[in-house]
Order: sequence, then C-alpha cells, then structure tokens
Amino acid sequence: MISQFFILSSKGDPLIYKDFRGDSGGRDVAELFYRKLTGLPGDESPVVMHHDDRHFIHIRHSGLYLVATTSENISPFSLLELLSRLATLLGDYCGSLGEGTISRNVALVYELLDEVLDYGYIQTTSTEMLRNFIQTEPVVSKPFSLFDLSSVGLFGAETQQSKVAPSSAASRPVLSSRTDQSQKNEVFLDVVERLSVLIASNGSLLKVDVQGEIRLKSFLPSGSEIRIGLTEEFCVGKSELRGYGPGIRVDEVSFHSSVHLDEFESHRILRLQPAQGELTVMRYQLSDDLASPLPFRLFPSVQWDRGSGRLQVYLKLRCDLPPKSQALNVRLHLPLPRGVVSLSQELSSPEQKAELGEGALRWDLPRVQGGSQLSGLFQMDVPGPPGPPSHGPSTSAPPLGLGPASLSFELPRHTCSGLQVRFLRLTFRPCGNANPHKWVRHLSHSDAYVIRI
Amino acid sequence: MPYLGSEDVVKELKKALCNPHIQADRLRYRNVIQRVIRMPGVQEYIQQPILNGLRDKASYVRRVAVLGCAKMHNLHGDSEVDGALVNELYSLLRDQDPIVVVNCLRSLEEILKQEGGVVINKPIAHHLLNRMSKLDQWGQAEVLNFLLRYQPRSEEELFDILNLLDSFLKSSSPGVVMGATKLFLVLAKKFPHVQTDVLVRVKGPLLAACSSESRELCFAALCHVRQILHSLPGHFSSHYKKFFCSYSEPHYIKLQKVEVLCELVNDENVQQVLEELRGYCTDVSADFSQAAIFAIGGIARTYTDQCVQILTELLGLRQEHITTVVVQTFRDLVWLCPQCTEAVCQALPGCEENIQDSEGKQALIWLLGVHGERIPNAPYVLEDFVENVKSETFPAVKMELLTALLRLFLSRPAECQDMLGRLLYYCIEEEKDMAVRDRGLFYYRLLLVGIDEVKRVLCSPKSDPSLGLLEDPAERPVNSWASDFNTLVPVYGRARWATISKCQGAKHHGPELPNTASFATSGSLIPEENKETIQELPDSGALMLVPNLQLTAEYFEKTWLSLKVAHQQVLPWQGAVHADTLQMALQVVNIQTIAMSRAGARPWKAYLSAQDDSGCLFLTELLLEPENSEIQISVKQNEARTETLNSFISVLETVIRTIGDIKS
Repeated sequence: MISQFFILSSKGDPLIYKDFRGDSGGRDVAELFYRKLTGLPGDESPVVMHHDDRHFIHIRHSGLYLVATTSENISPFSLLELLSRLATLLGDYCGSLGEGTISRNVALVYELLDEVLDYGYIQTTSTEMLRNFIQTEPVVSKPFSLFDLSSVGLFGAETQQSKVAPSSAASRPVLSSRTDQSQKNEVFLDVVERLSVLIASNGSLLKVDVQGEIRLKSFLPSGSEIRIGLTEEFCVGKSELRGYGPGIRVDEVSFHSSVHLDEFESHRILRLQPAQGELTVMRYQLSDDLASPLPFRLFPSVQWDRGSGRLQVYLKLRCDLPPKSQALNVRLHLPLPRGVVSLSQELSSPEQKAELGEGALRWDLPRVQGGSQLSGLFQMDVPGPPGPPSHGPSTSAPPLGLGPASLSFELPRHTCSGLQVRFLRLTFRPCGNANPHKWVRHLSHSDAYVIRI
Repeated sequence: MPYLGSEDVVKELKKALCNPHIQADRLRYRNVIQRVIRMPGVQEYIQQPILNGLRDKASYVRRVAVLGCAKMHNLHGDSEVDGALVNELYSLLRDQDPIVVVNCLRSLEEILKQEGGVVINKPIAHHLLNRMSKLDQWGQAEVLNFLLRYQPRSEEELFDILNLLDSFLKSSSPGVVMGATKLFLVLAKKFPHVQTDVLVRVKGPLLAACSSESRELCFAALCHVRQILHSLPGHFSSHYKKFFCSYSEPHYIKLQKVEVLCELVNDENVQQVLEELRGYCTDVSADFSQAAIFAIGGIARTYTDQCVQILTELLGLRQEHITTVVVQTFRDLVWLCPQCTEAVCQALPGCEENIQDSEGKQALIWLLGVHGERIPNAPYVLEDFVENVKSETFPAVKMELLTALLRLFLSRPAECQDMLGRLLYYCIEEEKDMAVRDRGLFYYRLLLVGIDEVKRVLCSPKSDPSLGLLEDPAERPVNSWASDFNTLVPVYGRARWATISKCQGAKHHGPELPNTASFATSGSLIPEENKETIQELPDSGALMLVPNLQLTAEYFEKTWLSLKVAHQQVLPWQGAVHADTLQMALQVVNIQTIAMSRAGARPWKAYLSAQDDSGCLFLTELLLEPENSEIQISVKQNEARTETLNSFISVLETVIRTIGDIKS
C-alpha cells in the first residue's frame, strides 16, 4: 500500500505529486524527502529512508527521482519493481522519460497514475489494459520523421543508411496519433549484454560475468504474434549439449511470464503476443566460462623510480574481437598515486586522447578495430616524500595507489555469449499496405572491466 | 488533512452520487469514488452507489467499488464494522476478475483492521492458491503475503501447498520470487531441510538481482543476502566474485558488498577476497577505503597472519586517513587475538607521523602504553606527545596519554619517570579540562599510595580473546528472521529497524515494547530460538531481573542453607571454566556472581544470585565434577512460583549453553 507517489527532478523540484490516501501531510513531504536525501550521512543508504512513521523508497531513473511513501512494512522488492515498471510505463507513454517530457505531459501522467494505483493499491500495469482508458495524447517535443537521419546513432557508421533505424525511432510514445498510420508497425528487438570482468595482474582471468537481456519494444497492434528464433546451439546449464562444437552456453535463464515456451526445447523459438511498449522477453546470466575470447587485453608495464619520483606507465591494449567488428567509445580509467602532477604522453594514433583528472588517468579511444593493437606511454611525476630509505633506490614494483585499470566500451553487433537472434517473424497481417519494420540489434557493453596492475 | 472542497464541488459530487446510474459510465464512477476520500461531508451519499457498484456487471466498476468500501469505512472513522458489507466482500472473493479478488482482500484487511485483518481459512486459502496463475505479478505478490497467515492443518496439506507454490520460485519478477520464498520459509518452519532447499533455489534470482542494472534492487538484494548469511555462513561462499565492487557503483552498494565479502570468507576464497579488499583500501574515497580496512580487521579475527601482513603494508603508504584506521584496527585486533601482538608491535614505529585525528591518536597511545615493553622506542614517541600536550585539542587524547604513560612507567620506569612528572604537573596545574585534571590528580594520589597499588589498579588483562566470540552475532536459525524476509527490516538492518519501530511504538503505545525491552540487554547472547521459547511462556514471559542486586555472601549463605532445592538439572560442558567470561555473560542478563572456585579447582563450584522485579530471589549453585563432562545446576527460590522459575532457568541455561559452545 502506497500513501504517496511523487517525481522529483534531479534538482529536487517536484514535477508530479499524487496523494492516494488523503491521510498524509501535503506536498512538503516531497521537499522533506529531498532534504533527507541530500543531508544523508555517507554510510547510510538512500534507497529506503524513514521519517516519523513514513518510509520513503525511491529509484533514480534518467535523472529523476521516483519516490513512493508508505507507512507499512511492505516488500521492498515489489515496491522497487513497481517504481521501475512505472518508469518504463511513463517512458512508453511519453516517448522517453526525462524532466522535459514529464512536465510537458503532466495530465497524461496523472491519468496513468489514476489507472495504475487506486487508494494506494496497484490495479494493473499492463499496457494492454491501460490503453483502453488513457485518453490524453502525449506531447512530443520533436515530431518523429523517418527522413530525419541527421542524428544517426551507434549503428549508422557502416551499414547502408536505408537499413538503419534512426536513433530516435525507439523513443516515441506507444500511442502515437491515430492519423499517423504509416509508422505504426514497427518492432525493435535488442540483445543487450553487460560484461563484468576482473583480470589479475599476471593476466589470469579471475571473474567473468555476463548479464544478458532480450528487450522488445513493439509498436504493433495488439494481438499480433511474434516468434523469435534464437541460435539453435543455445544451451542452458552446465550439462546440456546441443549441436556440434562448444555451443552457446548460459547458466540461468528466466522468461517474461507472457512468453510461450512450447517450441523452446525443440527449436529454441520464443513465441509471444506482446502488448505495445517495452518488455524484457528473456534474461540470462553466464559466469566464468566464456566461449569467445575476451574483447580486450591490457599489457601494462610500469617503471617506478622512487628516488626521483618518476613514474612511467606503458600500456598496450589489444582488441581480440573479430577483425570486422569494432569497439566504440573505449575509455580506460587508471587511478594514480596521490599528488601526480604532470603528464607527458605518447599515443599510437592521433584520434586518441589522454588526460589527468580526479587523481586518475583517462585515456579515450573513440574507436578500436578488432584485431588491432594500440599503445600509450605515459610519464608522470609523483612528488612528495621519497619512500622509506630501507627500500632500494629504484624498484620496478609499482607504487601503491596505482591501478587497477578499468575499461568501459560498447561493442555493437557483438554478443559476448555468442547468442544471436536467428529470425523474428510476425504472424500478423497488417491491414494497411505497409509491411512492418523489424529492427534487430545486438550490443554488448562493459559493466565493470577491471584489470589489476 | 482532508481537503474540503468548495461548496460547489461538494454539491456537484453529491449530485453525481445521487444519480442512480452513476456506475454506467465507468470512468466517471471511478473519478467520483476516488475523490470521495477528501470529502468528509458526503458519507451518507456514497453507500448506495458503492453497493450498486459491487453488483455491477462491469469488472472495472466492481474493482473501484470494492476499494470504495475501504474508503467508506475509513471515512466513517469509527470502528463500527458493517457485517453485511463484510459478508458481501467475502463472497466477492469468488469473483471472475482477478483484480476484484485481490482488491477484496485489501479492502477486507482495512475494514477488519481492528479484528486482526482478513481471515484466511482453508477454503479461501485453496481458492486463492488455485487462482494464483490468473493473477498478474502484483496480485501474486500480494496474495502470497496474505497466505502467510494461513496455517495448514496437516503435513500433507502443507506439502500440497508447497508444491503449488513451486512454480512461483521461478517467476521473472523478483517480488513474486521473494514473496514465495518467504511463504516457503514460514510454512516449512518445522522442516529445516525444506528451508535450506528453498534458500538454495533462491540463490540464483538473488544473485541476479545483486548484479541487476537497477542500483536500488541490487541494494535490497544485498541486504537479503546478508540476512541469509547470518544463518548459513557458507551459503554464498562459492559466488564470492559476484560481490566484488566495481568503481562506478554508488557508495552504499560498495559498503554492503564489503560487508557481504567479510561474512562469506572461508578457507578457499580468503586469499582472493583479501586481495580484492586490499585494492579497495587505496580507493579515492576515504570512507570506502576505511570501510575496507575495517573489513580486513574483521577477517583478521579468523585469518590473523595474512590480514596483519596486509595491514602492515598499508602503513607503508603513509597516508593519514589509512594509517589512522589501520592503527585502530590493530588496537581492536590485539585485544581479541593476542597472538598477533608481536607483529603489530613491529609495525607500529613510524606511524605517529601520519596520525592527526583523535581516534587514531588514542588507539596508538593505548597500544604504546599497554604493549610498550615490546616496542623499543615507545617512551620516545610518548615523549613527543607529552611535549606537544599544550597544543593538543582533544581531551580524550590527553586522558589516554596519562593512562598509557603511567602504564609504561610501570614496565620501563627509568625512561618514563621524568616525563610522567612533567605530564602530571601540566595536567594538574595548567589543564583547563576538568576531566583531564581529575584524572591527573587521581593518578598523582595513586602514585602517592605506592607502586603496588598502582599496579593493582592499572595492570588489567591485556587481551581477552573470549570477548570476540561473545561479540560475534551467534548463528541465527532461519526461523528467527523468516518473518522479516522480504520486508523493510533487512533493508534498514535489524538495529536500525529496532530504533525505528521503537519510535513508532512509543507513538502508538504499541503493546510489543515491554516484551522486547526486558531482553534487550541480553542482546546477542541469547540465541533467537531460546528467546522464542521464553516468550511463549504464558504471561511470565517478561521475567525482569533486577540489575545490580546487592547481596552479601553471608546473607546468601544463610538463605541458601534455609531453602530447599527447587530445580536441579545437568547440562553438557567441556573443559575448564573461563571464569571471567562466565561472570561477564551472567552479568549481562542480571545474574550476579557471589562466589567462584579458583580456575582449575576440582570440583569447581560457583554461586549465583538474582532477583526479579516482584522480589523473588533465585539462588543457584553450579557444580562441575572433574570426572564427567557435565555441569550441574541447582536452583533455590524463596517463593515457590513455578512459571518465573522456569523463565529464570531457561535464561540461565541459555547463557551456560552459549559459553559452553564457545569453549567447545
């Protein structure tokens, strides 16, 4: 049971405020929440806070605070899930979630909240049921146009332009205006993997963890059935064997409740009738055994002269992707010992950039081709008291406070587990002449890719 | 505060409510009923529309009307329950529409709040279980929560229910999975193996939530992982890598992960975990690095050598914020694990240059004072502090310095005499802070009495390994927290939740307060299961023993001889008795020790006394015979009251069992 729900901007301005029970004191609760949040001591978590007999539970989503208050000892999992579901719903209905879209669509948001929650109790969150009741049209800032290809996103680089969905395509509201029939039939399917890796200083792999998701955003009329074919060698668990060769193995899979799995065992086909809007079809995890090699290897060598305080770091980064693939927005973050002042650098290509900031070295590589090797030589001065005299004048052991290096990157059209979508079939016959557009993307990105030095 | 609309609005609302066909337009009906909560003037108008709504054909209208019943009840404000309405709602539990069913439960719960909420009997429970698959995830989570109050009659029925629930453990919604887990844990409270099975199965979803993209979900999951670890310390040990921090995570998640790492450490992963924690010690954030150092200190209680080595290396960094925490960790460690004293003493020289804050200085001075005879330059470090005592800002440091220097004076008089004199002179003549001056005067007079007296006062034990074991939260059985699972309690942490509910309880004058307060002092000493048995005793549950009971040995002896033994019992016991530990533990539960045999005596005896708030005296003899590994307890009571006697014995038994477990 929720007493109140409100949305605050990142600066703490209330955008939406809704009191469901009429028993708790006014709008200043939102202000109270923000004051508590900003004045919280460092070792306490902000997720759940309490004041008098009221608990505040919030999530942060795209720079907004979505907050629920309750006076009961309820399940934190359900409530957090509700908040993130609300965030998705608002995103679906307003196009995208953000301060601007929320304040432009206040009426729509209140209408949605009225339907989703009654007297603080969840009624329904399914887009399908809500569609019958929501009357307000969303206000979209930029009308979507297929010809607006000026801002081609991640995938526009090499493929033919006509085959690429504009980056703004997925961020339009579920219920676009009824006259706009031509754009209605689209479906986006993303296979997104998050990779967290820990590599020891001797190069051995300590931890590999892949969290994958298949996300579907559908603009198809409801009732249409989608069949998603996954790679046939896809195996779940350690023991299962499929196809020839090593197969594509994951440890655990969970599906959305609307997915029919009757063809999953035999042909690895997922069947579902999605409602309009976003939906996570499948989640999977994989740890430790990775079929493909890791995307990056780092070969650091550090020379450290204690006497003069000179630190030389030579980093060689090898990209082990297949030659046709590439990694984008690669950034290496290397914490340095305290007090490093100057930096001189020699980088292997001109488009790279390196700089010092917040006690760390940042090395930006906008694009790394598979199979290539890049290197950077960095020299720094570490002033301050020289080391204890008991040590030798020059040692190759790195000074404490250096490292570990962490990489962040995106790998378009690549999944680390090797999972691919074979096909995406629609059994729906469009009434108009427009064939539905189907967009399938594969993407991996780093969650934490840490290399100890 | 209810919003009192303008007269027009109220009039309009009344008009709408008077319309006999208001439920024909479902949206309008909902809008009207939703607004009712703010309009106290319309009570008499809403009854008819709501009753009509309950029988409407459209499920949407029924949903609104069912919740409208709760609104109507709360608007009336009195505890009068409309029996006919309640019956109608109970019958609507058989409604076709799943949301109406869940709303009925919610509405009944509110209306019947005074009587303990909605009653879930066997037909309702099984009806709900069968409808579960039709509900959406929110409904499922809620119904699982309502089912908690159903008690299956037989074992067979219990396992039938568990079978039905099985599929919800695989749900993709964490809320449903955790709700189902909790129901499993609560229903199977007599079957520990079923509970363990469920916790194994929930491992996957919990770990997935721990590495979820949503920080908040991740945090909630981590808190629950810690809760499980309290009972099953090895449960997540093989997954320790999942709890490594990444640099982009927010602070509160990192702290939770460090705590989890600290708790799941075992022989196989200790190396990797320590290596990872060492990396955190040099983190940019000072708070996080301190938390990591304290965590290493916690692990050091079991894996002393490796940890002390890491901590010593950290001192080499010469970073102020690191050195001060390391020294504090050393202080706690030396007290709990005397075997590492040597290593600590070797690491200490040189630290004094990098400590500026009060806590760190106190720790260092304490270490120098207590273990000064093993640190060659201890007097000279303390001399620096004495030189600078005028500019010292913290009184606590000065007090610590006085004690430490006096202690060191006892073991190394020649080097310390001069500066001790100077320090005492300064503290007595020039110091402004009264507490410091008093302490100085006290030591001065103590020295006047003679060195033997000083030794008697100051030479307390230098370490107490048993304390660590007492401090450690005893392994709790799953049942002690099963009812808190999937609530806010683990998220706040038990301690904070206690203060929160205490605040709330004070406000509402909750009846549960005295019960917990009487055992609050015994804290972690009494394992939860025993606590339950104590509390289940009729009425006498709140046995209150009077603290600081003063009883002379003579009086005790007289009373003891005049009474008959009311209860006699034997408990298993191994090895010798650690007298101090036992005495301290008994003191915590307000049982005083009158006399004890010296350690190692055979047979070993101890005499204890306690008094409850009604004046009833309990006199106890503990007898440890040399040949058998049992301790015999005889209790005498000056008023014959069995129920208080039983509570007293269970308290005593718990303490003795706890101490016995530590020994063995």
